[in-house]
Amino acid sequence: MLTVEKLMDKLELAPIELPDGTRRITGGYAGDLLSWVMGRANEGDAWVTIMTNMNVAAVAQLTDVACVIFAEGVEPDKETVLKARMHGINLLGSPKGIFELCGLISEAMLADEHEERN
Amino acid sequence: MNEALHYHFDVDGANFSNAGRASVETKKLLRQLGVPPEIIRRISVAMYEGEINMVIHAHGGDADVYITEDTVLITLKDVGPGIRDVEEAMKEGFSTAPENIRALGFGAGMGLPNMKRYSDEMHIDTKVGVGTSIELWYHLK
Repeated sequence: MLTVEKLMDKLELAPIELPDGTRRITGGYAGDLLSWVMGRANEGDAWVTIMTNMNVAAVAQLTDVACVIFAEGVEPDKETVLKARMHGINLLGSPKGIFELCGLISEAMLADEHEERN
Repeated sequence: MNEALHYHFDVDGANFSNAGRASVETKKLLRQLGVPPEIIRRISVAMYEGEINMVIHAHGGDADVYITEDTVLITLKDVGPGIRDVEEAMKEGFSTAPENIRALGFGAGMGLPNMKRYSDEMHIDTKVGVGTSIELWYHLK
């Protein structure tokens, strides 16, 4: 099972808020237009974005994604972190670009599936 | 709508960063009531879009949630500028949101289309210079 913690280790992601590290990741989504993300991200996704304002926390909460990964080294606003802490949302960060991160997440998910099958 | 549970939320138009409070609270309420998760997701996405719209365009408004055994009705009412061309506003990608709102990740022209997409029925009643009322209906059975 690919958990947020496991993905964090594999991709060397920095934990910003990690209230629920054992949460399972079942998919992924990348995007910065929040309405678009609202409509398309799925529950359990790892959501990769460069948007940092506190509406990110609201969208994460409403879509019930497993974690938010801030790409390209961007740092979330203080309010975003506070809101994530209040509502138990996992926030991670990485200096890597969105494209690279998505590739790595996808790889990690496939490897995990493979492990589970064997 | 006899014997409906009713919850009211003021949507604060001054504070953009608070937008989402009504939909998050509603999500919690519906969870407690045992509404199926997929319906809750549809409701919270549509309601959040409505909240954001009211904050961006109308300086806030009122959000009300009515729940009966077989339906959920969300009403979103504002006394904002109204929608000049509803058909245009319903098109994905059409937006009149200002640049500062786009910088926050909104204004993608997905608000009303998402609300329609994530409701069983949507009714818009709008008048330029008077305001906009939107009903979002969900059938639980």
